Amino acid sequence: MIIANNVTKNYGKLIALDNVSVNCKKGECIILIGPNGSGKTTLIKCILGMAIPDSGFITFNNNNISKDWAYRAAIGYMPQIGKYPEHMTIGQVLTMMKDIRNTEKPLDEDLIKSFKLDGLLNKRMGTLSGGTTQKVSAALAFLFNPAVLILDEPTAGLDPIASEILKEKILAEKDNGKLILVTSHILSDLDDLVTEVIYMQEGKLCFHQSIDKLRDETGEEKLAKAIARVMLEKAN
Amino acid sequence: MKKIVKYIMTDILRSRIMIIYTIVLLATSFTLFSLEDNANKGLLSLLNIILIIVPLFSLLFSTIYIYNSAEFIELLVSQPLQRKSIWQSFSIGLAISLSLAFIIGIGLPVLIFQFNTIGLILIIVGTLLGIIFVAIALWAAVQIRDKAKGIGMAILLWMYFSLLFDGFVLFLLFQFADYPLEKPMILVSALNPIDLGRVLILLQLDISAMMGYTGAIFKDFFGTKLGLSIAFITLLVWVLIPLYFSTRKFIRKDL
Ligand SMILES: Nc1ncnc2c1ncn2[C@@H]1O[C@H](COP(=O)(O)OP(=O)(O)OP(=O)(O)O)[C@@H](O)[C@H]1O
Ligand SMILES: [Mg+2]
Repeated sequence: MIIANNVTKNYGKLIALDNVSVNCKKGECIILIGPNGSGKTTLIKCILGMAIPDSGFITFNNNNISKDWAYRAAIGYMPQIGKYPEHMTIGQVLTMMKDIRNTEKPLDEDLIKSFKLDGLLNKRMGTLSGGTTQKVSAALAFLFNPAVLILDEPTAGLDPIASEILKEKILAEKDNGKLILVTSHILSDLDDLVTEVIYMQEGKLCFHQSIDKLRDETGEEKLAKAIARVMLEKAN
Repeated sequence: MKKIVKYIMTDILRSRIMIIYTIVLLATSFTLFSLEDNANKGLLSLLNIILIIVPLFSLLFSTIYIYNSAEFIELLVSQPLQRKSIWQSFSIGLAISLSLAFIIGIGLPVLIFQFNTIGLILIIVGTLLGIIFVAIALWAAVQIRDKAKGIGMAILLWMYFSLLFDGFVLFLLFQFADYPLEKPMILVSALNPIDLGRVLILLQLDISAMMGYTGAIFKDFFGTKLGLSIAFITLLVWVLIPLYFSTRKFIRKDL
């Protein structure tokens, strides 16, 4: 569904993405991991067209995204740090996004309800706590029932209850056959969701493997342990 | 695109600064017209204010607005919207809002006290100048990431167009005093929209006699329909060129 071909992205001298190629298929739940600054967010921004690759290209459903913009209607994006106009209220942001999207499709307001955002509609974005802003981001990502969900550190900053609600929601959407691409540093969070693992380091894609194969090869059941073992093997 | 323009315009028109700006313009123009017994004189004083304040306010307001909208822009870019239309919505929203303030603040009094060709040309030139400096501000804001530097750049640009350019032209005139520079001066005036605007209005006020031989040459050129059209087209080009370059930059910008 999403294919990146030899994508390279430089920020000045810094190589944020170094010749990265990945293939993400429908129905997969891919976890993107790697140390801070390894290029996870940059890869996501390239997929969304928010950052423009210096070389290589990305296709969405076999269409090159560089000249396209409509494909973003099929993506729900939860940014690592949600940025919203400070003076707008939660209600105004939700209304505006619905207005801009203008879809006939039924909306998915599950998260608005389970995060109890409908009681906070008059709060200004600039006055929200970090976790509440994250909840708004999550609610927006799922709102339009997108075929692809891209979630950048979705559980960071959420309290355990909210985090659990979000994981349940991700699981439900995965079972609906959606493609889910998620980054996280807390691997235990996503143990029972993930089907594929992508590991990045210093802008390079180190490996891309299915979780079953990873478990088989390492003999570890827990995602965190399995990955630690692979990293150890690579280091030797 | 219409929807985004709508959101931007309601945002701008609600802002206190914009309302104060309109009221200050309105108060100034009424004061000037009622102080001067001769409406032409009132228009002349008003012209000087327009040529200084309108570009400065347009530049500063638009630059700051773009920097303050960074979050909004980032949110829009992640949506199924074309980057080009996002940027054009910001340009159009800013241009319409600032034009509206100008037309209420200056246009209305001018139409009341000076409902004639001069008054109309003043309104058109002032509106165009406002839009030109919106376009220039957007170009500066998209090029420079840092807000403080961007605002500094806006002020520098304003100083260039309102002060430095004239000094530069005077310098040239003195250096080449022996050569007939009157005709090239027409071309030079096209390089600065503020100067071009000033010339257009001064010529209408019929005080070009005070400008000597150069004034006569200018009158010969801008006095004709063709000259006037060329002048207005030049002002339009001053909108389109910065707009073209800022759009091109924005399409490729990393957010
Ligand atoms: N707009 C930018 N300008 C300059 N450098 C940038 C920009 N965005 C990212 N970088 C750099 O690119 C590299 C990759 O950053 P990225 O945000 O993709 O890392 P990440 O893997 O998401 O890290 P984290 O786990 O902390 O979220 C970093 O070194 C970062 O400093
Ligand atoms: Mg990141």
